[in-house]
Amino acid sequence: MATEKKEVFNAEAGAAMMKELRSAFASGKTKTHQWRVTQLQSLLRLAEDHEKDIIAMMKASCKLALKELNHWMTSEKVKTSITTFPSSAEIVSEPLGVVLVISAWNYPFLLSLDPVIGAIAAGNAVVLKPSEIAATTSSLLAKYLGEYLDSSAIKVIEGAVPETSVLLEQKWDKIFYTGNGKVGRVVLAAAAKHLTPVVLELGGKSPVIVDSNINLQVATRRIIAGKWGGNNGQACVSPDYIITTKDYAPKLVDALKTELKNFYGDDQLNSKDLSRIVSSNHFARLTKLLDDDKVSGKIVHGGQRDESNLKIAPTILLDVPEDSLIMTEEIFGPLLPILTVDRVEDSYKIISSRSKPLAAYLFTNNKKLKEEFVRNVSAGGLVTNDTTLHVILAVHTLPFGGVGESGMGAYHGKFSFDAFSHKKAVLHRSFAGDAPARYPPYTPGKLRFLKALLNGSILGVICALFGWSKA
Amino acid sequence: MEVEGDLEAGLDELRATYSTGKTKEAAWRRSQLRGLLTLLEEKEGDIFKALKQDLGKHPVEAYRDEIGTLVKSVNYALGNLKKWMASKKAELPIAAFPSTAEILPEPLGLVLIISSWNFPFGLSLEPFIGAIAAGNVVVLKPSELAPACSSVLAKAVHAYLDNKAVKVIEGGISVSEKLLQQKWDKIFFTGLDVFICSAKVGRVVMTAAAKHLTPVTLELGGKCPAVVDSLFNTRYKQVVIKRILAGKFGTCAGQACIGIDYILAETKYTSTLVEQLKVWIKKMFGENPKESNSIARIVSKQHFLRLKNLLDDPMVKASIVHGGSFDEDNLFIEPTILVDPPLEAEIMTEEIFGPLLPIITLENIEDSIQFIKSRPKALTIYAFSNNERFKRRMISETSSGCVTFNDTIIQYAADTLPFGGVGESGFGRYHGKFSFEAFSHEKAVLRRSFLTDFWFRYPPWNDHKLQLFRSAYKFDYLGVVLTALGLKNSKQDSSK
Repeated sequence: MATEKKEVFNAEAGAAMMKELRSAFASGKTKTHQWRVTQLQSLLRLAEDHEKDIIAMMKASCKLALKELNHWMTSEKVKTSITTFPSSAEIVSEPLGVVLVISAWNYPFLLSLDPVIGAIAAGNAVVLKPSEIAATTSSLLAKYLGEYLDSSAIKVIEGAVPETSVLLEQKWDKIFYTGNGKVGRVVLAAAAKHLTPVVLELGGKSPVIVDSNINLQVATRRIIAGKWGGNNGQACVSPDYIITTKDYAPKLVDALKTELKNFYGDDQLNSKDLSRIVSSNHFARLTKLLDDDKVSGKIVHGGQRDESNLKIAPTILLDVPEDSLIMTEEIFGPLLPILTVDRVEDSYKIISSRSKPLAAYLFTNNKKLKEEFVRNVSAGGLVTNDTTLHVILAVHTLPFGGVGESGMGAYHGKFSFDAFSHKKAVLHRSFAGDAPARYPPYTPGKLRFLKALLNGSILGVICALFGWSKA
Repeated sequence: MEVEGDLEAGLDELRATYSTGKTKEAAWRRSQLRGLLTLLEEKEGDIFKALKQDLGKHPVEAYRDEIGTLVKSVNYALGNLKKWMASKKAELPIAAFPSTAEILPEPLGLVLIISSWNFPFGLSLEPFIGAIAAGNVVVLKPSELAPACSSVLAKAVHAYLDNKAVKVIEGGISVSEKLLQQKWDKIFFTGLDVFICSAKVGRVVMTAAAKHLTPVTLELGGKCPAVVDSLFNTRYKQVVIKRILAGKFGTCAGQACIGIDYILAETKYTSTLVEQLKVWIKKMFGENPKESNSIARIVSKQHFLRLKNLLDDPMVKASIVHGGSFDEDNLFIEPTILVDPPLEAEIMTEEIFGPLLPIITLENIEDSIQFIKSRPKALTIYAFSNNERFKRRMISETSSGCVTFNDTIIQYAADTLPFGGVGESGFGRYHGKFSFEAFSHEKAVLRRSFLTDFWFRYPPWNDHKLQLFRSAYKFDYLGVVLTALGLKNSKQDSSK
């Protein structure tokens, strides 16, 4: 007898799930310090029990949240001015309610759990929808979170487009989406129906500007680590393409070839230290970029592929046309085009004519160039003289998020807690010190008093009170 | 269409200005903010006149709620601009040595501000202050329902500010629709068209923004409750009553997103409350409020009829205990109080936005918390109480944009408190530095040196490097050193 088909996650199931989650949230339990601590500690235990499967960064996020939770949950006292005197004021963080986290396939654990940790720390009930493309991780997440966490308030819903559509029809208090711009627009439009605020962590073409007069060996290693060392180019902050001067390009290409050999040996296509392409769809997409007439003759390194194993060798292309396919969309793979310019300053025009990326990188020893770069290049985040490190190391003190086409909102560390919180303003007023000038019937004297009060002018207030005019 | 062509040309001009980098300069931002101060000072008379014409607002009310708060906000922005524009250092773990990290705010680019008719200057220019302070180029779309104000605003901005960077585009729904089709780097929407119900208009704006992945701030409305604990048996009773009246009839005749919508009070105190309210209505607005000049008018015939219809329901009409008279020619509605209209009537399900004040009675004032919780989240919850435990419960058990104790409206003037909604009342916030942030992108910047490198960052991979990573992520520096020296072995075989 065939085993029973897993229950279909349709509209009824979606509505029933929301009812359960709203009821869990309404009980107030997720707001308690105790509940948040218990869930975070369980996640930590999950990571420790299954260390092989869970990335260490997720543990660091849990530990940080546990350490800082009291501080984050405490309301922030703020100063008040003469305008509201006498009063006291504070900003109170409260959970938004029931939130949805949709994650991506390239760092499936991290991109699922990092936002979930923030949502829990902020006291919300959470639904996680992992990517179906990373199917094994998706089932592991469903299994583990179900075992370790409070499943009345934290759920994993697996599936693809139909299940995601059911989820997007529900009314959420926040949606956190990691993925591409096309689906990002769908998520935002769905959120609009319920006035749901969103965080969108999208992508873009993260450029690397390479100046001359640098420590070329270190720079090259860092570029390689950021590109091929990071999931073989399949990361939202991967260096997408390089811009360098015509004069420097040959040196750079040689250095890249040398270090690639040091890292991955002679047979780079089959190196065990490189991730494969995630799916045949993406494999086909990437090979199409290579086979484009405009660029097929520009390959200066690599280009080999193995369709049965979904492998593409680290590939460098030199002087590709700016309107080629490989320069139009986010590559998200092991192909590295190099554009050349006459002067390194010409790079800015190229970058600013394109959508704002998630990250932008510059390798230089020229202070002026560095400052121009920081001032003029708009991206989610910038790194000078390295690639992707800001994601890995500066985990909790820098906001991680995009701008323009690369997204909206940010997270990591306290920014995750804030992303899933509502910052409620609270003003405590006293009854003493009531200014009659506020109330009708209105008179010119009252106008004078108000002018002084709103301008923060104590002298003016005194004058107005005594009926003197400040000539 | 001509309007469209002009619109595109106008936006192109703004984008061109932005790309010159001029609006990023602190000097430019200061000049615009100072220009705004001069505008508010020199055009004060015109502004008073326009508000009187569109809304029947008394100049004192106009100054208190719009001009005065704007002057305060511009000065606050000028005083804090340097601090806001400066980058903030971010701490890094030692593992990142030697690096420096900072968060640098930058403008978003071309932003659209759509404002509402009830505080036409305030709701246009408060967000505008933030947009300019943050270095953006701006299109301002004032509400056509306050046409005199829209016109004064357009002329004044044209005269006092940089026309190549700031534009006011006047018009109605069709103009708004065309604007929403453009690609903006941010849309800031204050919406109070209760006909379509502000929440629904908010959805239209957000849906249009979705096509371009444009981030939005939505300042919407809701039914702001005022919970009145039995304070009018104390020496403060006058203050409580005055503040309630100021927060309802005294603020644009109740047409305010943070105006009191309805009151929650204990049954046993309600008649006292009603008596006191009547006494003070007379003191504030005279025997004949219409002649008092101290109460605003309803903005349009449509809204007037909408409000009149709220009282059509016979059970609602029967609950009126004060007022209830209408003057359609003058768009005037008398301050009206009702006690316990049916909760399913429109007056209790829709945002009232007018001078009708229902009082809903409860056995116990603590029941107000459940009452509020079971309804959509409002922009502000007001509570008049001296009971500290009750106040703490109100804060922790309800959710709203803001909670104000023992007063009304005044939170609008607090520069250090974020002003914005949650849930149906909107998202995003502004005022003070929050205005600056609403129109900024906080860019993360990490600067590394070529000097040090962790060799274990690079392939080929082995267990040794995995162990080093384990220690590094735990910021277990001793572990890193021991492993590197071969004194600590890797825990697991990564080839399994």
